[in-house]
Amino acid sequence: MWPPPPAPEPGSSPLSTESPENSCCCENSGLPGLMTTPSETRSSRMRVLGLGWRGPTGTEPGPGAQAAYRLRFRTCWLWLVGVPDTCLSMGLELYLDLLSASCRAVYIFARKNNIPFDFQFVDLLKGHHHSKEYIKINPLKKVPSLKDGKFVLSESVAILFYLCRKYSTPSHWYPPDLHTRARVDEFMAWQHTAIQMPMSRILWIKMLIPMITGEEVPDEKVEQMLAEVKNSMQLFEEKFLQDKMFISGDHISLADVVALVEMMQPMGGNYDVFLNSSKIAEWRMRVELAIGPSLFGEAHDRLMRLAEWDSSTLDPMVKERICELLQKFK
Amino acid sequence: MPLELFLDLYSPPCRAIYIFAKKNGIPFEFRPVVLGRGEHLKPEFLKVNPLGKVPALRDGDFLLAESVAILLYLSRKYQTAPYWYPPDLQACARVDEYLAWQHTAIQLPATNVYLCKSLLPHFSGQPVDTVRLDRLLGKLKPALQHLDQEVLAAKPFLATEQVSLADLMAFTELMQPTAVGCDLFRDWPRLAAWRARVEAALGPELVQDAHKLVLQPRDPRDAQQDPRLAQELVHRLQERLS
Repeated sequence: MWPPPPAPEPGSSPLSTESPENSCCCENSGLPGLMTTPSETRSSRMRVLGLGWRGPTGTEPGPGAQAAYRLRFRTCWLWLVGVPDTCLSMGLELYLDLLSASCRAVYIFARKNNIPFDFQFVDLLKGHHHSKEYIKINPLKKVPSLKDGKFVLSESVAILFYLCRKYSTPSHWYPPDLHTRARVDEFMAWQHTAIQMPMSRILWIKMLIPMITGEEVPDEKVEQMLAEVKNSMQLFEEKFLQDKMFISGDHISLADVVALVEMMQPMGGNYDVFLNSSKIAEWRMRVELAIGPSLFGEAHDRLMRLAEWDSSTLDPMVKERICELLQKFK
Repeated sequence: MPLELFLDLYSPPCRAIYIFAKKNGIPFEFRPVVLGRGEHLKPEFLKVNPLGKVPALRDGDFLLAESVAILLYLSRKYQTAPYWYPPDLQACARVDEYLAWQHTAIQLPATNVYLCKSLLPHFSGQPVDTVRLDRLLGKLKPALQHLDQEVLAAKPFLATEQVSLADLMAFTELMQPTAVGCDLFRDWPRLAAWRARVEAALGPELVQDAHKLVLQPRDPRDAQQDPRLAQELVHRLQERLS
């Protein structure tokens, strides 16, 4: 749950000394007599629970997150030993990998608005979005996904609207005024193909494809992609931002969060799209400030550390598909 | 000044807006923008929509682009029947989910099929590149499969039990390649049944009226009117479809 509950009394629960690195924590519960579930079901349930979860940044979670993790497992332990699902309230779950811009938008929004949720890490670099367990959540194999009781929702834009409405977040996020709201809708529609796609492609072309295949994408294609991004940034400045503080006017909205996290994507490959426009650079600073620099930094940590990833651990089948992708650019 | 809608009925999102406005009795001035003559790129239109795309809306001083945004604006301003964009939290989320997903999953690949099958041959004078067409149809297949096998297995329309903005957008997009001879419904029975339901819900006459233009074969002489423009379009299309 987020925000995390207070840490439990020491020794009050068999799981209270859990360390997040322990991928089989429930086997060390010290209550062997209660483990009546057949081990196969139990281990598949453990996989669904994302045991071995390393938190949003892919490294050891901070103390707040660790407490949340312990609460989750106290609840989940009951499920492991066969207590029916209906007896447990899992609360809101967000299936995320912060490497993905759309996941960062949802994460930042939920955290900023103190919306309690369970962070379910779906490690894209390990191909977990293709696992049997995740396909049951989202057959389209994409992140982010939201699970609210039995209700499952995909698409970050839809998830953001859902969270706004369900948790009655402050109105500036999705303004009620007809025209102002339309401005947010307009950007949210345009960005799928004009911002998200090209920004993500830059990361692939500049970083992931060379890293994984050992080969560079031909210069001509790179130039073409960069020109497309430059054009989109120009349209963003001239049409969506203009001389306003934020996209919808004087206040930050969902549109700014979505825009900024997507423009950050090429940073994972050391490509800075903010260099060419002081107007956009200033807008970026305003958005980061409004979100909170610490939350913004935390959300982008995994992306900024992408260069450290050991790509030799990549599943060979996935590597083959990426090599095929490279051929398309040649 | 009345509401103005800048449309070319060759474009699926324009048809969606046209059908929605007519169906809901929303009074508007139809401002034609002929894509085939490059009118969407001319300075006059760029003043209305600097993104250089149709559809676009002008309501007094207020300008708006993007079909999804325009549909939501019209549904709110004219307080159309709730089933188009339901008030229920989860039902509304399903419509939002489709409207977000469809940009890259349906609109992009379906448009590419249409461009390969109809527009490129029309402007280049060359026959359809069937190898490329098959490849582009292949890209659309996973989305059609998802709609037919997963989404429509559970309900009669894409988001809820009734027709909504999701069905309207999907219908006009899937009709695009279908209208020029690539029947997207042929291999997908649930999708075909859904199509009939949507047509009945929108009104067959209105659907026919909106699709009249795209259903007509193009006149080859149109392409020769401005050879320079035709050449530029062919070049852009080749790049986009490669």
